[in-house]
Amino acid sequence: MTALHTMLAGALLLLLIALPSLAWRPAASFRKVYGATMAVSLVLLAVASASLAGGIAQTLVLPMGLVGTGVHLRLDALSSFFLIVVNLGGAITSLYALGYGAHETRQRRVLPFFPSFLAAMNLVVLADDAYSFLVAWEMMSLTSWALVISSREKETPRAGLVYFVMASFSAIMLLFAFGILAGSAGGYAFDTIRAHPISAWWMGAIVLTLVLLGAGSKAGLFPLHVWLPLAHPTAPSHVSALMSGVMTKVAIYGAIRILFDLAAPAIAWWWAAPVLAVAGITALMGVLYALMQHDLKRLLAYHTVENIGIIFIGLGLALAFRASGMTAAAAVALTAALLHVLNHSLFKSLLFLGAGAVLHATGERDIDHLGGLIHKMPLTAFFFLAGSAAISALPPLNGFVSEWLTFQSILVSPQLDQASLKFLIPVIGITLALAAALAATCFVKAFGVTFLGHARSDAAREARETDRFSLTAMALLALACLVIGLVPDITTHLLQPAIHLLTGGTLPAPGHGPAPLSLTPFANGRSSYNGMIIFIFLLLSGGLTAWAVHRFGSHAVARGDAWDCGTPGLNPRAQYTAASFSQPIRRVFGTHFFSAREEVDMPPPGDTRPASIRVRLSDPAWQIIFTPLLRLLHLVVERINLLQRLTIRRFLALVFIWVVILLMVVAAWH
Amino acid sequence: MALTGDFLMQGVQMFLVLAVAPALTGLVRKIKARLLLHKGPSILQPYRDLARLMRKDVLLAHNASWLFRVAPYVIFAAIWIAAALTPTFATGLMFNWTADLVAIVALLALARFALALAGMDIGTPFGGLGSSREMMVSALAEPAMLMIVFSTALLAGTTQLSQIAAHLASQPFVLRASMGLALIALIIVSLAENARIPVDNPSTHLELTMIHEAMVLEYSGRHLALIEAAAALKLVFYFSLITCLFFPYGIATPPMGLAAQFLGMGLWLVKMTLLAALLAVGEVSVSKMRLFRVAEFLGGALVLGLIAMVLLFVSGKM
Repeated sequence: MTALHTMLAGALLLLLIALPSLAWRPAASFRKVYGATMAVSLVLLAVASASLAGGIAQTLVLPMGLVGTGVHLRLDALSSFFLIVVNLGGAITSLYALGYGAHETRQRRVLPFFPSFLAAMNLVVLADDAYSFLVAWEMMSLTSWALVISSREKETPRAGLVYFVMASFSAIMLLFAFGILAGSAGGYAFDTIRAHPISAWWMGAIVLTLVLLGAGSKAGLFPLHVWLPLAHPTAPSHVSALMSGVMTKVAIYGAIRILFDLAAPAIAWWWAAPVLAVAGITALMGVLYALMQHDLKRLLAYHTVENIGIIFIGLGLALAFRASGMTAAAAVALTAALLHVLNHSLFKSLLFLGAGAVLHATGERDIDHLGGLIHKMPLTAFFFLAGSAAISALPPLNGFVSEWLTFQSILVSPQLDQASLKFLIPVIGITLALAAALAATCFVKAFGVTFLGHARSDAAREARETDRFSLTAMALLALACLVIGLVPDITTHLLQPAIHLLTGGTLPAPGHGPAPLSLTPFANGRSSYNGMIIFIFLLLSGGLTAWAVHRFGSHAVARGDAWDCGTPGLNPRAQYTAASFSQPIRRVFGTHFFSAREEVDMPPPGDTRPASIRVRLSDPAWQIIFTPLLRLLHLVVERINLLQRLTIRRFLALVFIWVVILLMVVAAWH
Repeated sequence: MALTGDFLMQGVQMFLVLAVAPALTGLVRKIKARLLLHKGPSILQPYRDLARLMRKDVLLAHNASWLFRVAPYVIFAAIWIAAALTPTFATGLMFNWTADLVAIVALLALARFALALAGMDIGTPFGGLGSSREMMVSALAEPAMLMIVFSTALLAGTTQLSQIAAHLASQPFVLRASMGLALIALIIVSLAENARIPVDNPSTHLELTMIHEAMVLEYSGRHLALIEAAAALKLVFYFSLITCLFFPYGIATPPMGLAAQFLGMGLWLVKMTLLAALLAVGEVSVSKMRLFRVAEFLGGALVLGLIAMVLLFVSGKM
């Protein structure tokens, strides 16, 4: 049995796990379902890892699916890498759900769809023809949609509706993209498409646009991200982790597969411009949106938008370098993008799982009602802190490595010839730097308001640490974030089969740098980074200082009241909240991007009514694009609605006229 | 032998910055006082302050968590490493390849992240106010800093600080528009990051104006000593960075003798003194800005950095 057979069998097994969960009594069966899902995911993870290291592409054709085409499956380096991301996320969220699932009140609405969601994501990555790709893609959308609407919250109906519409939109766009790629010859197997590549520049332009719309909306590119902050937070937390951490990555797989593989012969330098522009805007807008939030899970969902932007910056740079024949630089940019795919899947899952633990312990997603949880949930707090530091790109954790690589590839881009890119790329660089700094701000806010200070509500005061399964899952993810940050040269080296497949270049082999474990992106370059030594330095100098201070200075600790400016009885509600923390940023950026307005009502001295401040923000994506679009749609639908009220005779007449028109068109065609 | 030599030099550098840092802060204070016709405390006063704080017990608020107690060590360690990896008197430091300039900037971000979280740990409004303002300032200062890094890196072809310094020191002095812009941007960023006038006032304790002091209000004893030492080290780091990116002349480059190293060290001390004098003159001659003017001030640095980088992208020589 080959690796591909195992992968396929595993995916089908996941579907089978879904079936009996319908029959079992949910309360008793959730452990069986999640346990089985975790076991299968672990096997698939092992197979995918072995296959990435082995690096030989395997294919399989099944006699089903589209007539004359069949179902093609393929396991190459790229799909192996994404299968690792999918199944790693699947295994860890299943582990978490072994504990967290006990709190689920509507098991029947979650249990069947969780394993089938995972199966669908596996199948998307395995598919090697347009038909099975789209079927699996739709299955992924539908199962995750079912999971989103499983919750019973106020915004669930709206989240479900918006997600459904956007998911259909993305599938239609990809359908068209495959149509163009297949050409008039109509070969929908990816091998046929590779054998008959598109050549005209305008075909390339259309495919690029459709991919940015189709895969981009699924991944969360601005302004098509609108469904994401609605749908991701609404789902149960382990599903949120899977959707934000993994499903967006499957969308990125779709984009990479089409742009870098199927449409590769048509790649031109100007492809990079729209990709980079959209990516830069997405990164900046995502983090600014996140800063304005006080719902923990929605904040995390907006950060997914930001990180998708960062990944697409890497992809855009890789396109530019590849088109200009700079294979080494393309390899670095693509390594940065793929490493960030892996990194983001780890720390975003970690953060969503932490948010889930908080949500379960307090029943609150609004961080303005939390606070002081570091005392009640010390381990969850620690792991959430690790995730926050990782996503804020702080050394020595993993987020910094992928961002560092992106910066390194920006620094070689003056060698590109195109003047427009020379102006665009520095702007993208500054956007990326700004997004990274703002992300740190946002996570100081998220962690500080949620876990530090005093509890702002009874729910937060009475919180309890979460269960062991959840803690183990979070610990594993935090550990992975640290390890990738410590040995970046090894992790990037493991990605190289996929990088070589897509760019023809690779990073220098490990051991090339000035010392063991140094990451050197360019063989002839002189820049290097060594996370391990930085970590050791931090431990040594911090430890040495602590020892010296305690040995030669004082080591006593006394407890006292906090300084209250002479007015005793500090009220926990006087603490900084999410809104007050981000007020300076809102003043600096919000007025431009969200037309933020503050209405302050300050009663005059002597008046005892409470003062109030009301902040109004408007969402540019809805305001500029979606609301006018919906209004237009509404108008059109109202007109068409008239047709529904026709009599039978008139319907028949319409049908007749339509058939005649079609026949005339066909006749004219020939 | 060469290895031991390198190791020794890295060690010397590591403890040199630590030893010089309080004196530099004292020097700035002294010059400032003299310019205002005060006598001012001795240059050595910061050492005495640190020693006194070290000996005092720590008074912690009741609800201080472990994060509050660990943060001073993280802040101090991160800034110390950043300062130690910046060439002062000689390039070719043993560990310079571990962290390039981007990583050094990220180390400072790590320190700031820890400090801002510590500010929020006690749950007093002051701490939150300081953290929020500090992160707003840094959200603008850090990208400006990275633009400066990129500009110099594009000229030298590497982001390793030691090699940038060596490259620039070996070139004859040329006036470059990009470097001029980057220098102005770096000065603005340094003022903001070190909580100096016109962004913040290091000697104020007036609630409405403070940023940095508000975050550390709850710290006492050895914790406060570490944070003050870290602030002093940060000043040394930024001064060293300015000299090694823009005025690296006289820095010892390998292969070097002992004489060159001593010359480099002497020159470095002279440069530090000059910059301290300039900072003091600057601080007494301008007034502090309103908080939201700071955003415009730093936005200026960001744009200057961007222009510098675009110039280098387009021509490579300007």
